[in-house]
Amino acid sequence: MIIDINFVGLIITSIMASAVPLILASCGELITERSGVLNLGVEGMMIIGAISGFALMTVTGSLFIAVFGAMLAGVLISTIFAFLTQTLITNHVATGLALTIFGIGISAMIGKNFVGIPGKEFPVLFNSLKDSIPFLSPILFGHSIVFYFAFALPFFTNYFLKKTKIGLIVRAVGDSPESASNQGINVRLVRYACILYGGAMCGLAGAYLSMIYTPQWIENMTGGRGWIALALVVFSTWNPIKILIGAMIFGGLTIIQFHMQAMGVRIPVQFLTALPYIVTIVVLVVISRDSRKIRLSTPSSLGKSFYKDN
Amino acid sequence: MHKIFIRSFVSSLVFLFTLTVAAVAKDVKAAFVYIGPTGDHGWTYQHDVGRKAVEAAGFKTTYVEGVPESADAERVLRQLANSGHDVIFTTSFGYMNPTNKVAKEFPNVKFEHATGYKREHPNVSTYAARFYEGRTILGTIAGTMTKSNVIGYVASFPIPEVIRGINSFTLAAQKVNPNIKTKIVWAFTWYDPGKEAEAAKALIDQGADVIAQHTDSTAIVQIAEKAGVYAFGQASDMDKFAPKAVLTSVENNWGPYYVDRVKAVANGTWSQKDTWHGIGDGMVVISSLDSQMPADLQSKVKKLQADLASGKVHSFTGPIYDQKGNLMVAEGKTADDGMLAGMMTYVKGVEGDIPK
Repeated sequence: MIIDINFVGLIITSIMASAVPLILASCGELITERSGVLNLGVEGMMIIGAISGFALMTVTGSLFIAVFGAMLAGVLISTIFAFLTQTLITNHVATGLALTIFGIGISAMIGKNFVGIPGKEFPVLFNSLKDSIPFLSPILFGHSIVFYFAFALPFFTNYFLKKTKIGLIVRAVGDSPESASNQGINVRLVRYACILYGGAMCGLAGAYLSMIYTPQWIENMTGGRGWIALALVVFSTWNPIKILIGAMIFGGLTIIQFHMQAMGVRIPVQFLTALPYIVTIVVLVVISRDSRKIRLSTPSSLGKSFYKDN
Repeated sequence: MHKIFIRSFVSSLVFLFTLTVAAVAKDVKAAFVYIGPTGDHGWTYQHDVGRKAVEAAGFKTTYVEGVPESADAERVLRQLANSGHDVIFTTSFGYMNPTNKVAKEFPNVKFEHATGYKREHPNVSTYAARFYEGRTILGTIAGTMTKSNVIGYVASFPIPEVIRGINSFTLAAQKVNPNIKTKIVWAFTWYDPGKEAEAAKALIDQGADVIAQHTDSTAIVQIAEKAGVYAFGQASDMDKFAPKAVLTSVENNWGPYYVDRVKAVANGTWSQKDTWHGIGDGMVVISSLDSQMPADLQSKVKKLQADLASGKVHSFTGPIYDQKGNLMVAEGKTADDGMLAGMMTYVKGVEGDIPK
């Protein structure tokens, strides 16, 4: 069987498109976790972003307002989490789980009036160049701005954490909030900011699903992608570049297993369906074997509350 | 004195409350138990449209969403039966055993179970729709409209309902175009827009130019619209989601049946029944046909629709062979309902194996 190079290009494009929400949510959560806060509410923040984006697009008709509104909605709902865990010092795990349940519930309530409405076409960039180069151009051109942003984000995040002063502060707060506090860093403020940033990225990830990937609203449309994003952060050992690799493998295998089914490859379908989960974990564990590096990038105070007596 | 006053006040309140409850209980109250949220725009959504028709006919209704097919279902059913509901519709296959169990405890409450086959007590009826008749029409359209002769089919779970649909669709498509191939992709979900979109995209990338679906979301028709291929709506009319791609939709129309049954309860004429209605009784509705379809195809489809409705044409008319070439239905015969209800083999012409 001859495999057409353009066909491979099409598959890679589909894989990249399906990886976008995972990359956005994971990179957001990564910053939150590097500051020492474990927010299990990713799924809840994503679904809030999805309904907010879709609802604002339908009501205002403006894509700009809708995208920023979705990010703002993510910020708002994560403010609740930040207030509870940082100001009232509640348990991170329990509060995060509650945030997910809350998000799913409230999105369903708001979404009641938005079921069965078709979404709007989202503008794509460089569409005229789409047929210019075989194989490469469908991968490079004709995508939404969120798509390009998502693929730049892991590199920015990496640079931010490793090369900037604020990145260093975030890591210090995540590793040893006591020492950071003694150095005069406002731990609570840094953690608030990181939680809110994570909320914004999760909101954007949700908006990508409901406005660009499958422009519609139905309940529970994130379908567990928030949990996968959360798992990617841990299995990538808090490394944004490995998140990119993990998201591509996960998205890739989901799509390739559909192609294998359509080609009539005789492998049990249930096995193919489970494949993305298994392979993503195995690959990420294998590429992150170096225990010294894991120790370096793991925020050692992850999920622990920080008290300051004054 | 003071105490006596309070006591008589409370007891009169209780008396009044009992009176009101008794007055309300005289009207027929119907309850609906849903597997998913009413916002799924698919299976549950259509049942809820049916419930609203009952409400519009002047009856009181309640519904419970997202009830798992487990011991929880029994608890919900018991509570609905206890709180003055006269008829309870359980709208998913997995409620079969809980429905029969609770029906035994409440002989005065009527139970209506969708898509099941157990009627262990005289107060349990079952009902289902012959969606495969709709798929015969879709197959006819797909076989005529395809240019690549590759038709994609996104399936949900390997159960008789879905296999029957694939077979009915393929038989009809082969009849008008012997060269077609039906490629099937199992998404293993009833609704997950992202996954359904990916499955449809894979089929389109592999050359399918008509996509059929047995999952519930509108993601597939949207992907078809973007890729410039044809698709069909599932459960409700999906034309507005993809005006160019959607050629027609097969709609689930439960309203008339629900109104009928609740009225029967009100008149005291309700009796146990096993209902399996198709196009003829209006439970399966074909949405308006897209103008892109050539006129002769449109008239052919309309005739087929009428013939299916009158019973002149049956979706499974012999000779039908399975994938290995064994005869399933002999020439001139049609498949009986027993065979249809338990259908777990592909007919000849479908590619691949049924996942076990």
